Amino acid sequence: MTGQERVAEKAARSSTSPALEMRGITKRFPGTLANDGIDLEIRPGEIHALLGENGAGKSTLMNILYGLLTPDSGEILMDGATVTIRDPADAIARGIGMVHQHFMLVPVLSVAENVMLGSEVMRGPVLLDVGEAAKRIRALAEQVGFTIDPGARVEQLSVGQQQRVEIVKALYRRARILVLDEPTAVLTPQETDEIFTVLRRLRTEGTSIVFISHKLDEVLRIADRITVIRRGKVVGELDPGATTEQECADLMVGRSVSLKVDRGVAHPGEPVLSVRGLVVRDDRGHETVRGVDLEIRSGEIVGIAGVAGNGQEELVEAITGLRKPSAGHVSLTGRDVTGAAPRAVRDRGVGYVPADRQRYGLVLGFPVDDNTVLTEYLNEPYAHGVVRDDRAIRKRAETLIVEFDIRAPGPDVRVSTLSGGNQQKVVVAREFGGDKLLILDQPTRGIDVGSTEFIHKRTVEQRDAGSAVLLVSADLDEVLELSDRVLVIHRGRIVGEFDAASAERDKIGLLMARGQAA
Amino acid sequence: MNLLFIPRLIAELAVYLATVVPDLLPIVLTLATPLALGALCGVLCERSGVVNIGIEGTMLTAAFMGYLTGFALHGSIGAAAAIAAGVVVAMLTGALLGLLHAWLCVTVRADQIIAGTILNVGALGLTAYFNRLIITPSGLGGAGVIPPIVFGLGPIALATLALVGLIHFLLFNSRWGLRTRAVGEHPKAADTVGIDVFRQRYQNVIAGCALAGLAGAYLTLESTGSFQNGMTGGRGFIALAAMIFGRWTPIGAFGGALLFGFFTALGVIVRVRPAGGELGDILAAIPSFWYAALPYLVTVVILAGVVGRAIPPAADGVPYEKEARA
Repeated sequence: MTGQERVAEKAARSSTSPALEMRGITKRFPGTLANDGIDLEIRPGEIHALLGENGAGKSTLMNILYGLLTPDSGEILMDGATVTIRDPADAIARGIGMVHQHFMLVPVLSVAENVMLGSEVMRGPVLLDVGEAAKRIRALAEQVGFTIDPGARVEQLSVGQQQRVEIVKALYRRARILVLDEPTAVLTPQETDEIFTVLRRLRTEGTSIVFISHKLDEVLRIADRITVIRRGKVVGELDPGATTEQECADLMVGRSVSLKVDRGVAHPGEPVLSVRGLVVRDDRGHETVRGVDLEIRSGEIVGIAGVAGNGQEELVEAITGLRKPSAGHVSLTGRDVTGAAPRAVRDRGVGYVPADRQRYGLVLGFPVDDNTVLTEYLNEPYAHGVVRDDRAIRKRAETLIVEFDIRAPGPDVRVSTLSGGNQQKVVVAREFGGDKLLILDQPTRGIDVGSTEFIHKRTVEQRDAGSAVLLVSADLDEVLELSDRVLVIHRGRIVGEFDAASAERDKIGLLMARGQAA
Repeated sequence: MNLLFIPRLIAELAVYLATVVPDLLPIVLTLATPLALGALCGVLCERSGVVNIGIEGTMLTAAFMGYLTGFALHGSIGAAAAIAAGVVVAMLTGALLGLLHAWLCVTVRADQIIAGTILNVGALGLTAYFNRLIITPSGLGGAGVIPPIVFGLGPIALATLALVGLIHFLLFNSRWGLRTRAVGEHPKAADTVGIDVFRQRYQNVIAGCALAGLAGAYLTLESTGSFQNGMTGGRGFIALAAMIFGRWTPIGAFGGALLFGFFTALGVIVRVRPAGGELGDILAAIPSFWYAALPYLVTVVILAGVVGRAIPPAADGVPYEKEARA
C-alpha cells in the first residue's frame, strides 16, 4: 500500500459515510416474506454482526447483496451512490466478497484453481498461469497472517483451512466488504480464535466485515455493532459493549428463551450399547473409524465431539446397521448386532435421527402422516397383513403433531413444505419413544432456537425415562450443553473422555483439532 | 493333456500377436477413431455437467447429412470439394443437435436421459426414412472416400489423434478447461465467482456434438464411402463406455477406444491372417460370432470389474437452477 492510499484509507474510515447501505430491501418467496423492508448500514472498517435465527432472512439479504437473488424492492448504495447488482460478477466488481456457509469450493480442484476461478491469471489468451497465481495467493495469505498451500486439493484440507481459502478468494478479488455467513459453525474453538485474528487484521486494513451468526458469545466478542433480524425485519441495533447474551437472544427469538438446557443429574444404569474395537471403512475404502471402544448406559447422554469428517458418520452408520464394519463388535443390551440389518437393529429398540434429515430422515414427497410411520408401517396397528390402516396412521400423526408442537397445516401436507425446524420435529417425533438407545446425529443443525430448545428438552426427558442417548454434533456447544459424558473423536479414534461437568472447552478443542491436548 | 500345453499356447499367442501387429495397428486406429471422437463428445458434455447419451443419434444423423451433402455436390463441384463440404455439414449437424440437447438439458431442464433417447430414436427413424426417400431411388452410389494419408489413416483419423492430446491438455491447463471442470463439479461455486454456468454448458455440449458429427463424417466419408441405415451400430454407446473407462479424461477415453478397437480388430485379423500350429486350430475352431462379441464382452467386463467405481463429475446430469432458495 502506498502512503497516499493509506491516507485515503484513513480518511474513508474516519468519515461518517457508510461503505454500504441497503435501504428498504423486500424479498418475497412463495408463501413467505423473507425480507420485509430491511435497512442496513455498514461503515468502513467495522465488523458488523447480523444476528438472527435460521430463516430470519439474513442469508436472503446477503444473497441479494451478492447478486444471487433479486430484491422485489429496495435499493443498495455504495459510498453514497445507488448501485445495481445483477449477478455475483457485479458484486465482485464492486468489491463485495462473500464466504458462504456452505463453502463455494470445488473439492477436486486445487487451492490455486479455486481461488482464481472466474478471474484467472493467464499466460497468453488461453492458458492458465498457475505458478503466478500460487505466488499471489501465498502473498495474500501472508498479508492476513496465515499460510496456505496453493497446490493442495481442497478436498484434502480441513474445514478451517477451507475457510481460509474462501477468505483468500475474496481478497484475491480485492473485496472491500467481506460477508461471512456463519463462519464459525463448524470450527473448533481454536480455529475460531484464529479466524477472529484474521478478521481483526482485515478490519485494521480498512475492510468492512459483515459477520452473520446466531452464536451470541462470538458476536459479542468480535462485533463493533450488531443488527438483529427477526422474521424478515430489523428488530434492533445493539452495542456489543452494552448488551448481554440474554438480551440478544430474547430480541432474536421475540420472547424470553432459556439459553441453558434445564436438566438434573444423570443416573446411569445398565449398559445398553457396547462397541468394541470397531473398524469401519468409508465409500472410498479408507478406514475412517479405526478401533473405537465405547459404552453407553441407560439414563445417560454421551456426546461425541469432533470436527466433521473424523469418522462420526461411519461410526453411527455401523451402529445402526447401515454400514458393515470391517472389524470389531457392536452389541445392544448384551446381544451381538454387528453387521445386522438396519431393521433388525431398530427392532432391538434403537431410534435414530440421521444428520441429513432431507435425504435420510424423511421422504420429502410424502405427507407428514406417512413420514411418522416410516419405521413402523409394517406393524400393527398401522397395517393389517399387507393392507395399511390409513386411519391409524392419521391418528398417530395427529397425536404427534400436538405432542411435538409440529407447525403443519395438517397431517396430509407434504413434509417438504414445512420449515427445517418442523421437518426435524417430524423425525424426532417418529424416533423418540420407548427406545433403549437413541442415536442423534446433528439433531439441531440448521434449525431455529425455539425448535432447538424443544428438542434438547425432549432429549433430556428421554434420558430421564431410562434411554441411553448417543449424541453426535459438530457444534461443540451443543455437545457440552447436553451430554453427561463427552468423548472426543479424532481421525477415527476416541482420543479423550470427559465428564461434562468438568470438561474444559479449550482442551476438547485442541483434541478435536490435533488429537492431543498439548 | 500335456502339462506344458497352456504355457506353450500363451507363447504361441504372443508370437502370433507380435507378427500381426503391423497389420493390426492401422485397423485398430481406424476402428478407434469414431469411438474416440464420440468419447471426446462425452467428455466435453459430462465434464460440464450434462449427460449425453444421444451421441449415437448425433453421429448417425451427421453421418447421413455429411454423406447426403457429398453425394449431392460431387457432380457439380468435384469429389474433393464435395467431401470437404460434407465434413463441414456433418459437424454443423452435430453442433445443431448439440444446441437442441443443451436447450433441453440446460434451459428446459428436461430429463437428460430422455433428451438423449429422443435424439437416438429420432435419428434412427429419420435417417432411414430420408435414405429411402432420397438416396436409394436415385440409383447413384457413393459420395467418394477421402484417401488415406499415412499408415492407412485419413485426415479425420489423424486429426482425432491431435484432438485427443489437445483437448486433454486444454482441459487441465486452460481457462476454458478450469471453468468446464468447475461447472461440472460445483456449478453454484462457479456461479458465485461470476461464471455463466448456462453459457459454459451450451458451449461444451455444442462443441462436443460437433465432434460427434465429425465421427459421423468419418464413418460415411472417410471409412466406408456409403450410408447404411443404423450404420453407427452402437458406437455412440461404446464411446460412452470408453469415456468411463478413461475416467472422463480425453487420453484415458482414447485408451478405452483403442482397447475396444483392438479386440474388434483381433476378430478380423484371425481370419485374414490365420495362426499356425495348435493355436491356429483352436482359433479356427471358435465360432466367428464369439469374435464379433469379444469387444462387447470385454467392455462389460471392464466396466463391471476392472475400472471399479469410476466417479463422474459431481454435478453430472444435474440441471442448474439459478434462483434456488438457500
